[in-house]
Amino acid sequence: MEIILITTVVITVIGIIVGAGLVFTGKKFHVEVDEREAAVRECLPGNNCGACGFAGCDAAAAAIVAGDAPVNVCPVGGGPVAERIGGIMGENAEILERKVAFVRCKGTCEVTKNQATYVGIPDCRSAVLAGVNIPECDYGCLGLGSCITVCPQNAISIADGVAVVNGDLCVACGLCVKACPKNLIELVPESKKVRVQCSNRDKGPQVKKVCSAGCIGCSMCVRQCQFDAISVENNLAHVNYDNCTQCGACAEKCPVKVIIPPAAKQAEIPA
Amino acid sequence: MKSLILIMISGALINNVVLNQFLGICSFLGVSKQMKASASLGGAVIFVMTIASAVASILYDNVLKPLGLDFMKTIVFILVIAALVQIVEMFLKKTSPAVYKALGIYLPLITTNCAVLGVALTNVQNEYNFIESVLAGFGTAVGFTLAIVLLASIRSRIREEDLPAPLRGAPIVLISAALMSIAFMGFSGLSF
Repeated sequence: MEIILITTVVITVIGIIVGAGLVFTGKKFHVEVDEREAAVRECLPGNNCGACGFAGCDAAAAAIVAGDAPVNVCPVGGGPVAERIGGIMGENAEILERKVAFVRCKGTCEVTKNQATYVGIPDCRSAVLAGVNIPECDYGCLGLGSCITVCPQNAISIADGVAVVNGDLCVACGLCVKACPKNLIELVPESKKVRVQCSNRDKGPQVKKVCSAGCIGCSMCVRQCQFDAISVENNLAHVNYDNCTQCGACAEKCPVKVIIPPAAKQAEIPA
Repeated sequence: MKSLILIMISGALINNVVLNQFLGICSFLGVSKQMKASASLGGAVIFVMTIASAVASILYDNVLKPLGLDFMKTIVFILVIAALVQIVEMFLKKTSPAVYKALGIYLPLITTNCAVLGVALTNVQNEYNFIESVLAGFGTAVGFTLAIVLLASIRSRIREEDLPAPLRGAPIVLISAALMSIAFMGFSGLSF
């Protein structure tokens, strides 16, 4: 019994002495660090995803305070975080709109066919390395899910042979954009619902042959748009999200219905 | 005098803390990617181990042993070493920012290095006195530095080589470390 008592007392005393020593040294040898760094770090999400290009949230906070990074460097935190950091840093944050990943392919089993059966490693990058093009369309989604593998948020799924991003879960880290060997995925502002769901750069007749939903580059949408927000380059329409007002005129006229109509009209027009 | 030198050589080569006692493997493998980082870590380890051995020895001889609390040495040593490293870090940060910057993140990393605790416990086991403990700590740390710098230089050579794919990365590092370990066994034949 006595030995337990002695042990407890001794360890407690050592603990107190050590703790007091730490407190004392902490006060005595206190070094001024930039308070803003800790404050900025507080605002960041803290999941250290590295999407900003820095080693983690700590590194990003240090870079922001040092002026090496803009206040809106964090794509995950988006606008609200940029605003708060801007408040700390004393600048007006350029509000960064929340972005989501978007798969520019509509080539489901109904509109296009597979020309090959791939039995290798179930990964798009392997399939491309092996020189196999599974769908008839040279630009189409392979549906093997490399993007699903890299997604840290489990926001991507394959529906009917095409990858689909769940916008609610997506944090716009951009890992899927890098992973997709067909470069089908891009980051788009979440509020801009009018998007071209195709990446095919072939001429119209060639597209028609392989996919009934592909963009044929007819430029009908360009003529409809009053805001200069849509253009056709290399036989492929592309929305300029800065100019787009979500009127949906392009989507209405699109002969292949490859442009997603704005949210308000989605119910009326069958996708 | 001879025994003191022997303790140091034994710590550095014959009972090399990494290659013969297999302590501190984590940082040995983790930080040996670059020569500069491993040298910095080595410097920090020498610094911390020497001080930790000294403090642990004082504490053991003057507090734990007289009170018969031998069995609490592991806990007490962990407590003291962790706090000590913190204090050393704060002290360096204030007094010599240059050294602090050179040691960088490695200083706090060593807090959790089992080699530091290991050497403190080994000193007690061998019933070293204060001076012997400090020298043993220093010698062991030199041994750690030697091992990690050697591995870092081997790894920098390996990186240039065209290795078979399955060996690339961790496997070849583990094989190199194992060969180094076998080579260091040769020192056990040293006699004075």
